[in-house]
Formats: sequence, C-alpha cells, structure tokens
Amino acid sequence: MTSTACFIIVSRNDIPIYEAEVGSAAKREDAAQLHQFILHAALDIVQDLAWTTSAMFLKAIDRFNDLVVSVYVTAGHILYIYRTDLHMS
Amino acid sequence: MIGAGKIKQYSNILEKPLSKGKQEVSLSAFAFLFSELVQYNQTQVDNISELERRLEDAGYAVGARVLELLCHRDKGNRRETRLLGILSFVHSTVWKVLFGKVADSLEKGTEHEDEYMISEKDLLVNKFISVPKDMGTFNCGAFVAGIVRGVLDGAEFPAVVTAHFVPMEGLQRARTTILIKFAEEVLRREARLG
Repeated sequence: MTSTACFIIVSRNDIPIYEAEVGSAAKREDAAQLHQFILHAALDIVQDLAWTTSAMFLKAIDRFNDLVVSVYVTAGHILYIYRTDLHMS
Repeated sequence: MIGAGKIKQYSNILEKPLSKGKQEVSLSAFAFLFSELVQYNQTQVDNISELERRLEDAGYAVGARVLELLCHRDKGNRRETRLLGILSFVHSTVWKVLFGKVADSLEKGTEHEDEYMISEKDLLVNKFISVPKDMGTFNCGAFVAGIVRGVLDGAEFPAVVTAHFVPMEGLQRARTTILIKFAEEVLRREARLG
C-alpha cells in the first residue's frame, strides 16, 4: 500500500504518550512535522466535540487537504488520535 | 488493512473479551491492608490534615483506574458527559463494584448549587476503625473521598471531595457523608450544555 497512517495517544492534559506511524510511504522529512501539526490542531476540536456525545469513537472529525483525522476518547479523556489518507476511510 | 498481520499474531490476548475478574476479596484481608496503610501514613506525618491528604491521594489513584475499567466492563463503552450522569455512575456502579452494594443516598446540597452528598450508614473502610478523641474530626473515609475525586477528575469534572461524620439519632455509629463540591468550570459547562 502506498498510504500511511499516523497514530498518537494523548493523555488528559494534552501530553502525548505514544506515537506511531503505520504503513509505507516514500518521503518522511517534511511529512513528519506535518503529522504533528495536524494532530495538534485536531485536539481543540476533539475537546469540544467530546462533550456533545457520550459515544467513544468519533469518526472523521477533521480534514486537512486529503487527510482525515478520527479519534477514540476513553472515559478518562485519553485520546487515541488516528490520521489516515482519505481513500482509506 | 493496516496491521492485519499484527492482529493475527496477538489474537490470543487482544481478542479475548475483558474478563470479569475475581469479584470478591476477603473483608479481613482488606481491613488488615487498610489498617496497615493508615498506620504507615500515621508514622510519616505530623498532623491530621496531612494524614487525610495522604489517604485521599491513595484513593485518587484507585479512582482514576476504576473509571477506565468500569467504563469498558460495565457500561458498554459509553462515556459520561453530564453532571447527574457521572454522579449516578459513582453512586451506583462504582459503589457496587467496590463495596458490593449501591451507596445509601445521593443528595443535592441546599445552600450551594455546586454541592452534592453521597451518604453511607456504615462505610466499609470505617467498619473496623475507631478514631481516638484527640484526633478530632479525622475520618478514614478520606480514602473513599479520594476514590470519588479520582473518578470525577478523570472524567473532567474537577471537584473538592471530603468525608464527614454526621451523627444521626437512632443509629449507634455516625453516618458518613462524602461531600462533593464541583469547580466553577463544571457548572459553567453544564449550563452551556443545557
């Protein structure tokens, strides 16, 4: 597959605990910081959205060009943020 | 899909459903452990408020973990977003798992909007503990207050939680009340959510 996904676990106080990149892709240097920016931007959205629903899995909450961000919120407000390419949704 | 190979490799562990675990622990074992916890902390501190704070901190760690665990085990993956929701979660589910029964009562404070009380006639942790007169109003229920605070903090409902003895006529031992005072932001958010 030529698509990649980036996965970050963020704690309750916005501290990232774990980060992983899955899949295969050619360029890494400039794309590396891009992942972090996108996921950080998604944090604000998640924190507002988390209070509107009692579901835990929030699909496709944010888009950036062709990248989609989804997030799974646990009871202790620990966020599993997952960013994929659009055609893999 | 991504990670399909990895899922097969760990299918024994990740695909097993979350087990209920051993439901019951011996009361005497717990009472012994708790009394040792209190005694150990007593040797480390000089005054009562410090002792209460240490018990609360011990309970806080329990509360944070219990919140996550119970959400997955008993509530079928649904979070609590409303004040009354999280309070009834603490009052029924958490109490039932920790003490084997739901709490005796949940009341809303009359003087202040942000105060709630969970009362219990005979708190499990206080069952085998007697407080000497010179310790004043010290209450080992501070451990349970810490558990409640851990659960509320984890769910993003910051609150100040304390345990008090409330003497009741007709009962030999005083009733224990856990007083929960929510932070300003919780009430503002509740008002905003309507």
